[in-house]
Amino acid sequence: MKIRLLPRITGWQAISTTLILAGTLAAIARFTYGLGATTNLTDEFPWGLWIGFDFLGIGLAASGFTIVAAVNIFHAKEYEPIVRPAILTAFIGYLLVVLVLIIDLGRPDHFWHPLVMWNPHSVMCEISWCLMLYTSVLSLEFAPIILEKVKITWPIKWIHAISLPLMIVGVLLSTLHQSSFGSLYLIVPNRLHALWYTPLLPVLFFISCIASGIAMILLESLILSRGGRELLSTHLRANLAKIIAITLAVYFVVRVEDLLARGALHELTTLTYYSVAFYTELLVGFVVPFALLLSERIRTSRLGLYSATLMVLAGFAFNRMNTAITGLEVYPTQTYFPSLIEIFIMLGITALGFTVFSYVVKYLPIFEAVEEAGPQVQQEAATGRPEPIYLTRDDGGMESS
Amino acid sequence: MLIDLTLCMGCNACQAACKEENHLSPNEEKNLSLTAYTALNKYSDVYVRRLCQHCDVPTCVSVCPVGALVKQGDGPVAYDADKCIGCRYCLQACPYHVPKYEWSSTKPRIQKCRFCAPRLAKGQLPACAEACPVGATLFGDRDELLLEAARRLGAEPTKYVPRIYGKDDVGGTSMFYLSSVPFEQLGFDSRLGRVPLPMLTMSALSKVPNVLSVGGVVLGGIWWITNRRTEVAAFEAAEKKGETPRPEEKP
Ligand code: SF4
Ligand code: SF4
Repeated sequence: MKIRLLPRITGWQAISTTLILAGTLAAIARFTYGLGATTNLTDEFPWGLWIGFDFLGIGLAASGFTIVAAVNIFHAKEYEPIVRPAILTAFIGYLLVVLVLIIDLGRPDHFWHPLVMWNPHSVMCEISWCLMLYTSVLSLEFAPIILEKVKITWPIKWIHAISLPLMIVGVLLSTLHQSSFGSLYLIVPNRLHALWYTPLLPVLFFISCIASGIAMILLESLILSRGGRELLSTHLRANLAKIIAITLAVYFVVRVEDLLARGALHELTTLTYYSVAFYTELLVGFVVPFALLLSERIRTSRLGLYSATLMVLAGFAFNRMNTAITGLEVYPTQTYFPSLIEIFIMLGITALGFTVFSYVVKYLPIFEAVEEAGPQVQQEAATGRPEPIYLTRDDGGMESS
Repeated sequence: MLIDLTLCMGCNACQAACKEENHLSPNEEKNLSLTAYTALNKYSDVYVRRLCQHCDVPTCVSVCPVGALVKQGDGPVAYDADKCIGCRYCLQACPYHVPKYEWSSTKPRIQKCRFCAPRLAKGQLPACAEACPVGATLFGDRDELLLEAARRLGAEPTKYVPRIYGKDDVGGTSMFYLSSVPFEQLGFDSRLGRVPLPMLTMSALSKVPNVLSVGGVVLGGIWWITNRRTEVAAFEAAEKKGETPRPEEKP
């Protein structure tokens, strides 16, 4: 597998190294010259691309809590092989978001203030706390993987002993955190466009993050099982795809019902800057992938899943950027487009994320556990289920549930 | 403070006095900025004085994660730059677009009207109220000023639109306005309503303890049930095979 991946990684490496370098330079500029000179943020538009990026990072990191909950709380043990990649994704996602937040803050040197100066009325305060606590939970969930590698085993027992409460706390924190990113905008009913502003924002943010989190891990499992070895059987992948489809459907219904209830549907009858953005988001991210995933053929084909998950993620990105940017623009007088420095910092950080991911995957037992667990999981599935599930390799039209 | 727009003649004395009091560059400005804590917006022949409304339930105070903004009992909404982390949530959330940010600084702060807190503490009037030559800006006790406003409305119902803006808009503010022109035509946001904006967030935030406690119990319960089910199933399957059950392995 390494041999086959190597040339690819090198190609990527060149690109990502360049991006990381550019991002670092951009970050240096941002710290030397301040936000005004380096970003397109203004008093009218105090939050921009970076906040949108935080939403994305956190949303993709939702794979961490959904998969952990599915496997360890709902005991869907057959998904065990993707637990570690999911935790790794979440961990990296959260660290990157913390990094972006620190760059985004006007006073990065004060970033620790929310930990000692509380304001329980502030969503931002809740977010800082969740961010910090959940990152700690993730580092504990991730620690055994490193410890295994360096062969220090005694703390692993400790972590295992508290693993259940740890996981429950992690799931709860994520739930709060994902939804409170939506709550951030509850306070701007006068600014955020009616197509996005709704008291249900936290609920909608939560539902959509489940779809994007699972789509992310599904995409990863597709990419990572390129080397001939399957991380998840076609059947399990199809099941995940089904969960995504259901989540998308729930989201769609809630979203449209809400528009209906608030009388905002008429915004969609004309083609405006906003309605176009809305349609793009809903079609790309929700309607089309849902329609795709309804088909058994697509759910069991790699190409089908690639396209569907990529669309879900793109639509998710649209949704968050629309909430954070488009919906707040006053078109055409007050619009915002990120500066090059903002963009480079974001790209650099994204590249950093991918690089770290590929290195960790290379040097830490993210998948080795899978190989050990593989037969055991199969056996468990075979013995533990009243109806045995056939864990066959790519065999197209398998369907058992 | 009571601001009677029908009296204001646009002399800009309030801004000049404010700039002097706060040691800001003395040029005349048309909009709120880092160097103008108050400014006059002209709408045909009406001048509208903009400044921080020092809301009774201030949105900016509620959103600030570190409590850098606080509502002081006697009215002013004060800012502490030493606490501020620069998240700019207050800029985003203030319904009147009041706080301005020192974008060009590497140690940026928020700037906005401070309601002349130091002067009030000394028993003086705010600089702008003192400077107004025609009494278009009156300083006083909130309740008394509301009575005065109501009296003016009652005395000249044809002159004013029947509304004291700020009496209970976004939950009431320390500044209120009387006008002869409907407020919607003067750049006052008609979408704001009377409910203080922080309430919108509170309805979500107040669910946090519930999510934690109920969620914790539910998840624990689910774990217990599904764990039990797996154990039972493993046991039954093992019995069928005539083996002794393997103890459930925790991941
Ligand atoms: S007007 Fe804006 S800055 Fe002033 S107190 Fe109200 S919310 Fe805060
Ligand atoms: S920018 Fe400063 S004052 Fe404004 S909400 Fe953030 S921390 Fe508070």
